[in-house]
Amino acid sequence: MSRPRALLAVLVGSCLLGTGYRDPPTLQQRAVVVASKTFGESYLLAEIFAQILEIRGIPVTRRLGLGATEITFQALRAGAIDVYPEYTGTGLVAILGQTPEGTPEHVFRTVSRIFRERWGIRWLPPLGFENTYAIAVRPESARADRLRTLSDLAEVAPGYVGGFSPDFVGRSDGLAGMRGSYDLRFRDTRSLMQAVKYEALAEGEVDVIDAYSTDGLISRYDLQILADDLDFFPPYHAAPLVGPSLWRGRPDAVRALTELAGTLDEEVMRELNRRVEVDGEGVALVARDALAEIGLVDGPPVRLGADDAGAGQSLGAYLWENRNQTLALTARHLLLVIVSLLGACLVAIPLGLILDRREQSAEAVIRTVGLLQTIPSIALLALMIPVLGIGVVPALVALFLYSLFPIVRNTYTGIRDADPAAVGSARSLGMTDRQVLRLIRLPLAAPIIMAGVRTAAVITVGTATLAAFIGAGGLGDPIVAGLALSDTRMILSGAVPAALLAFLVDGALGLVERALTPAGLKPGGS
Amino acid sequence: MPDDRHSPDASARDRIPALRAEGVEKRYGTVRVLDRVSLAVERGEVVALVGESGAGKTTLLRLFNRMVSADAGEVSVGGRDIETLDPVGLRRSIGYVQQEGGLIPHWSVLRNAALVPRLRSMSSPTDLAAKALELVGLPAETFADRYPSELSGGQRQRVALARALAAEPEIILLDEPWGALDVITRAELVESVQRLLHAIGVTALIVTHDIPNAIRMADRIAVLRNGRLEQVAEPETIRSEPRTRYVADLLERAGARSPR
Repeated sequence: MSRPRALLAVLVGSCLLGTGYRDPPTLQQRAVVVASKTFGESYLLAEIFAQILEIRGIPVTRRLGLGATEITFQALRAGAIDVYPEYTGTGLVAILGQTPEGTPEHVFRTVSRIFRERWGIRWLPPLGFENTYAIAVRPESARADRLRTLSDLAEVAPGYVGGFSPDFVGRSDGLAGMRGSYDLRFRDTRSLMQAVKYEALAEGEVDVIDAYSTDGLISRYDLQILADDLDFFPPYHAAPLVGPSLWRGRPDAVRALTELAGTLDEEVMRELNRRVEVDGEGVALVARDALAEIGLVDGPPVRLGADDAGAGQSLGAYLWENRNQTLALTARHLLLVIVSLLGACLVAIPLGLILDRREQSAEAVIRTVGLLQTIPSIALLALMIPVLGIGVVPALVALFLYSLFPIVRNTYTGIRDADPAAVGSARSLGMTDRQVLRLIRLPLAAPIIMAGVRTAAVITVGTATLAAFIGAGGLGDPIVAGLALSDTRMILSGAVPAALLAFLVDGALGLVERALTPAGLKPGGS
Repeated sequence: MPDDRHSPDASARDRIPALRAEGVEKRYGTVRVLDRVSLAVERGEVVALVGESGAGKTTLLRLFNRMVSADAGEVSVGGRDIETLDPVGLRRSIGYVQQEGGLIPHWSVLRNAALVPRLRSMSSPTDLAAKALELVGLPAETFADRYPSELSGGQRQRVALARALAAEPEIILLDEPWGALDVITRAELVESVQRLLHAIGVTALIVTHDIPNAIRMADRIAVLRNGRLEQVAEPETIRSEPRTRYVADLLERAGARSPR
């Protein structure tokens, strides 16, 4: 850790004490950080990793639903996480940029060698099942257009709209490669999140989607998988991908994860995925059953029926049942907002005051700060990872950067436009510039500055839900997880409190704004 | 530098003008706002600076509290070259009233009026402020705690006047002090300002485009046109013997002089 980063971490760490967040003190006792990507199977595998580690007495920190391949892999390289489930084909094509070829075993040997040599990152022995992309259509389309293979699809594709996950769209072994190999020309393609993809297909919004061969949702929506008759999609092994420090420093953890080698075949995986994605069972529970089934944990599998945190439960009951977790997430969320907002105030208000004395550069500086606002939040968060890793610190920095603009702008204009007649006569009567600022312009600008802070706060409460993508926690956690697991109640259990929080924060700051409005300016007077 | 500036005796001091501009020039970019202007205001005298908009009246006024500095020429206050004086100290020693008052909106009437005594760390600022409010016809017990937004336009101007007078300055500068008021309110204010200024014997320079009222209350009138002084004279003289065609027309248009 560089000095400023360490300082920042200490600062933030001390702020976060008391909310249950703290960085464990030494490497040996450090919890192993287990992460996943944002789709169901990745969650499930990561949870299985976490549980086998815990069963072997190793403390674990979960960062499930961390992000797409780019984010999880960057986080692993940066040492921010220790292990996540990855697919050998993804490693070969998306990370190494090579073309897929050879048998699954050959691909595994290739990625193992290159990852070790290049980054010291290790592929542990594969889990046993193969997974690959599967292209799915509605059964009615399959019947009407006599679709069985991707070559059949190419014939009718000009009339089809594709809905693909962002991951798939961006990869050469995904949409781009598939288009080339099969000469596919869709009428239109849309980038869709996992959670809405199946719904969109069922509703007829799109006609063809990408899925995984072990997907549980395929059977839920009774989809038709089209055969890859040109063998374009290579079969991939799934395996734990382990960072250098875990490999070197924690042989116990590596041993525990290696116990999973070859224990999960396709059939088992499809069944486990179905329970999570279709039946709505909890990931932790399904993972525990999986470990029991393959004999890594004592006791029979716990198959829960009606009394499971099941699919029929109402939103209200679900929220009530998870109230403690929701409260903790809300507290974390509020903390992210408060710390970043305070930081932004400490920088933006003085900056606004300085700009008042540098009129020529003011517009340029404000426009530059405004540009930060135009960077999409997810992109800004992703940009933070190589520099600051994942977790609370990069999230705070990103939220801080977003909060600057409204506060700087309002401070500058509020100070600049404060009652010119009053300012002019006060100077003419012998007030110094400092006195004018302190006694007249600042008090008159206070409500306007506060309005900027309110705007920033509401933006931050919303944007902070995205902080979950880089493992900062908060109310975005259930939203991200719910999106990945197609669980509407889970999404709402984060979204509803976040919306309420925005209302409350805005209302509270509104009271501060009124308190800061000087007497004599308040509407209605005395 | 004139010798009488240093250690003048009492009688010599009386002969030194309170305000004096000598050959003053001021340009904003290529526009010449003041062109070789010379004007002296004697102690205790009330001089009205009249002319059309853009004639340079306010610029000339603001030379005397160093809110504007001259490009050429000399400006002195009480016989001292203004460049040698600390601008903040100078401004605190001179009263100032601007158009529409310029009251501090989040301060009470009393606090506004006590501004200069406070800035000068005088011993009882609120007493001075209350006294000044009485002088301008606003009893402190009624008005002290009101805010500017709760006053009429005329009352606001009176508070501004009280604020300018509270520290009992020897000199006061007024920039269109009744410019924004309706005719009736204006007449009342002019009336009381005239009485007040002469009663306390303060030196006053008043910028206004209101020629009839200037004639009514000033000891002398200075007519400014495009940055040059056309005539400086007592009201009677300026009415009976306008030195230029311009001055005659200006007075005529203002109804202060019947056409010949």
